[in-house]
Amino acid sequence: MNDITVASSPLRPVDAVVVGASAGGVEALLAIFEGLGPDFGLPIIVVLHLPDAHRSQLAEVFARRLALRVKEATDKEPISPGTLYFAAPGYHLSVEGDYSFSFSQEARVHYSRPAIDYLFESAADAYQHRLAAILLTGANQDGAQGLYTVKQRGGVTIVQDPQEALVATMPQAALDRIKPDYILPLRGIGRLLCELERIEC
Amino acid sequence: MPQTQRNDDIELRLLIEAIYLKYSYDFRDYSGASIKRRVHHALRQFECKTISALQERVLHDPTAFMQLLQFLTIPVSEMFRDPEHFLAIRQEVVPVLKTYPSLKIWIAGCSTGEEVYSMAILLREEGLLDRTIIYATDINPRSLEKARQGIFSLENVRAYTQNYQKSGGQRSFAEYYTAAYDYAIFDKTLRENVTFADHSLATDSVFSETHLISCRNVLIYFNKNLQNRAFGLFHESLCHRGFLMLGSKETLDFSDYSKQFAPLLKQERIYRKL
Repeated sequence: MNDITVASSPLRPVDAVVVGASAGGVEALLAIFEGLGPDFGLPIIVVLHLPDAHRSQLAEVFARRLALRVKEATDKEPISPGTLYFAAPGYHLSVEGDYSFSFSQEARVHYSRPAIDYLFESAADAYQHRLAAILLTGANQDGAQGLYTVKQRGGVTIVQDPQEALVATMPQAALDRIKPDYILPLRGIGRLLCELERIEC
Repeated sequence: MPQTQRNDDIELRLLIEAIYLKYSYDFRDYSGASIKRRVHHALRQFECKTISALQERVLHDPTAFMQLLQFLTIPVSEMFRDPEHFLAIRQEVVPVLKTYPSLKIWIAGCSTGEEVYSMAILLREEGLLDRTIIYATDINPRSLEKARQGIFSLENVRAYTQNYQKSGGQRSFAEYYTAAYDYAIFDKTLRENVTFADHSLATDSVFSETHLISCRNVLIYFNKNLQNRAFGLFHESLCHRGFLMLGSKETLDFSDYSKQFAPLLKQERIYRKL
């Protein structure tokens, strides 16, 4: 076990987990979620960049492979615990102050809609310090700004070890911007998710 | 004890309130996350350090407000967006529309007019445009003016052409516009029966009975309260069994009106008033 952990303080309790991934993201997401049981108690909200045509099947693909409840997020839907949500293709996904989702079609960010930054920033506003944000493999700069906001609000920040990432650009861009609580390989992130849930409340 | 708010959130709320009091534009029930991002985007363009500074500018300078309004509304649109939606209108809705001697259609939140011209072209091809009145409304006067002109960038029109073909279009899309430099000027007879008007779903009331209302990718920017208000207006305006068309990710499911409309085609977001 040579997981690189840079956190100095004990893990803090959170109410939700947000995840951003781009190139190489499907495999990375499967790897971090496969260990989670059907009774995992936190909501997990994911933005994954994919070409438009490929995105809409995401929830079905993941539902078949995972024990978690999986669905595509819907505009105005209240966020339920124990559910893995995927952002819908072509729309930015945000979390509102009442813990429901909202969609928008503002311009693309880093050529992406949905954008990881928009999910992370809005979730940081809604959950404040009770949020964990995970940034995985990818070939652009999306998510770095969002992770910065999560850190500012006192949330838990986790970046995939760029050495291990299929494409290092995205995690590296985040590391150039902030010092996260954790830099971990996928296996370590999976284990951390289980721990985050155990200290819930 | 309630959690104290961050300065930023306090200032945002005050700005929105100031805009409402001064200019009667009501953004108070818009979805918070998106409006916040748009105001922050405007801050950079206006070179204001804080939202309070922007508020001062906007409060004392109506021209600055009109500029800010361009940031607060989102003119993202295309013609025949979601072609399967328009194909479904042709196949499932038009046969019913043909049974009416005259038609009134409301395109709410028409932005720069893409949805209006799409609908007009579809109606013309189905032989319905001559007996239809289209009300095209928006809160942004600049968007309405663009819609009235019917001039779109030629580059975008190429993408619209593909949408048009997939939507069951029966002719060559180029028949509907004249290309001039980098622009496509749309046939003005398409808008002969279109009334463009300033109307707010947040503050105005119903102005006419209608047979069909199309309001696509507008309601995502509203919170549940305001969505309910808009659905209430649509319900009041629509005739018995009238049609309501929404954007591909919009739904009545989380609203107070979910029981008062029935999906005709759920996937294509076409509903009928019960």
